[in-house]
Amino acid sequence: MQEIIKISNLKKIYEGGVIGIDDISFSIYKNEMFGFVGPDGAGKTTTIRLLCGLINPTDGNADIMGYDLRKDKMKIKDNIGYLSQKFSLYTDLSVDENIEFFADIHGVKDYKERRNELLQFTRLTDFRKFYAGKLSGGMKQKLALACTLIHKPKIIFLDEPTTGVDPVSRRDFWKILSDLIKEEITIIISTPYLDEAERFNRLALFNNAKILKLDTPAKIRESLHKTVIEIVCNNIRSADKALKENTNYEIQTFGDRLNIVADSFEKDFPVIENILSKNGIEIQDKRIIPASLENVFIHLLKTKKTELQQL
Amino acid sequence: MLTRIYAIVKKEFRQILRDNRSLILIFFYPVFMLILFGYALNYDVTHIKIGIYDLEKSELSREFIKTFNSSEYFDIVKYVTSPEEADRSLNDKTVQCVVTIPVDFSKKFYSKENASVQFLIDGVNGNTATIIMNYVNSATLGFSEKVSADILAKEGIRITRPLNIAGIFWYNPDLKTTEFLIPGLIATILMVICVTLTAISIVREKEQGTIEQINVSPVSPFELILGKIIPYIFLAILISILVLILGHFLFGLEIKGRIIYLAAGTILYIIAGLSLGIFVSTIADSMQVAFQLSTLISQLPTNILSGFTFPIESMPPFIQIITNLTPAKFFIIILRSVVIKGTGIEAFWQQYIYITIFALFFLTISMIKTARQRRTV
Repeated sequence: MQEIIKISNLKKIYEGGVIGIDDISFSIYKNEMFGFVGPDGAGKTTTIRLLCGLINPTDGNADIMGYDLRKDKMKIKDNIGYLSQKFSLYTDLSVDENIEFFADIHGVKDYKERRNELLQFTRLTDFRKFYAGKLSGGMKQKLALACTLIHKPKIIFLDEPTTGVDPVSRRDFWKILSDLIKEEITIIISTPYLDEAERFNRLALFNNAKILKLDTPAKIRESLHKTVIEIVCNNIRSADKALKENTNYEIQTFGDRLNIVADSFEKDFPVIENILSKNGIEIQDKRIIPASLENVFIHLLKTKKTELQQL
Repeated sequence: MLTRIYAIVKKEFRQILRDNRSLILIFFYPVFMLILFGYALNYDVTHIKIGIYDLEKSELSREFIKTFNSSEYFDIVKYVTSPEEADRSLNDKTVQCVVTIPVDFSKKFYSKENASVQFLIDGVNGNTATIIMNYVNSATLGFSEKVSADILAKEGIRITRPLNIAGIFWYNPDLKTTEFLIPGLIATILMVICVTLTAISIVREKEQGTIEQINVSPVSPFELILGKIIPYIFLAILISILVLILGHFLFGLEIKGRIIYLAAGTILYIIAGLSLGIFVSTIADSMQVAFQLSTLISQLPTNILSGFTFPIESMPPFIQIITNLTPAKFFIIILRSVVIKGTGIEAFWQQYIYITIFALFFLTISMIKTARQRRTV
């Protein structure tokens, strides 16, 4: 696989000493859908803005398509597209006019055909005369995507494109992105939603300005080396409380069930059963489920925290 | 590069033309200012309201009263019948001046005893009172000269005045304030509009985040600023033409000098205003701050320090030096020279240079600031 972005020791410290991103190094491959996943303030946006040349690194560098991030900013800008977290199109211009403007500033001469393609692709053709300000949240994001794609960039950076968008439009947006990846393009997306992370080819889990883990979703899930036991019982809240008081398991509650991250079913289930029956809670159903990215992420955060406490 | 600038110009024009509310405001503002200043702020004193208290009611007194009736400076609004009524009329402002003609007016007049007439003038506004005083003085003087000439002529003597003063106010012969005010008004209107509009249009891109998309594109700060300025140059030129046309039809303003000098000065001045607006946009982060800052920075100095409302010569020396910071001072000199005096370029070419320096100074600072902001973040 060909490296399209190679980040080495990139570091950003903002004015006032806030650490945006702390010494990260990794590579992104060509034609990959790469995810930056993590909570707010983890450093996802900072990394994207650094790679787009919107802010300057405090230390380190990156190589993007063979161009030096510090030296060849203008050359990089010709080849990338960026979709910012905040909606940033002209609300008083129509869909058509917005795309036209971005075509113009990127020097795309015959944009009309490409525009029609993009409008069809994002299913906005019927809305082409609408002012951008009048569109719904999902449509705005699709229009923003169309604008970033008008100059046929090799890499696009999408900063939380699905935040604040309804579930149906969100699915629609992902559909468009998966169609897009069939073309020769590399997509880098940040998202705070772990359920979306399954869609990436590879992803980096960000936390506290650092990368906790970087791999394919499957490998990350496997890396847990733990079993997740799902238990359905009548009193979820007291079950959760009882287990937390008596054990060190990581527990997540979902409505009528508990997910317990344990070492193995054989060893841990009897312990759980014992504690619950002591508290008068009856287990109605139990099964072993595959670990989700969320389980892994929370596990990683917890181990990180205990490590820190031990230090 | 040209295509990118053109792209921004096109987009900016679309946005300007689409924003009806602002557009109406932009064109209404000059009209409003012109009417307000042209009619309300008028230092001219005409149509002085006069009350007559004629105790004699003779042929001569009527003749004397007629002198007031026959000029546009005076309007006889009422005849009073008692000293109390005279006082009351002055008090309630129905008249500004009461002329009292005594009972023995004709008797004294013809017996060559020096007849006297009393003028009671409302002195609340000292300025106006002095002007009224001068007017009634000269009206009375004129009357008495005319009558004495008549009397002497009857006796066969012809007199001539040994010395006659014929003062003419050059450039503005009728001493009309509007002629004097309009250049200052044009300067104020253009400055306020140029500074505010550019500042807001750039800060809006910051506030709405659209500047980010431009920053990741190949557009440079120079191209962005130029693309932003061009539409507003056009708009400001349109406004200047509108103000001149309005000035002509409302106040009879005529351009005495060459239009080309006027156009050159105006365009330079517009660019100076726009560069000040761009400078404001590099400081302000929200449209609100941008608006307040640009009104403050444009309206106040242009009104007060430019010699538009207060003559610079009568300011303390320190303030006189500060007046050099406002390009309006220099633009007003150009306007007064070209529009009112009709002089040639030799009278004001230095002003061109000053305005150009002002514009270049702020453009350079703004571009340096923008480039630095991009580099340090």
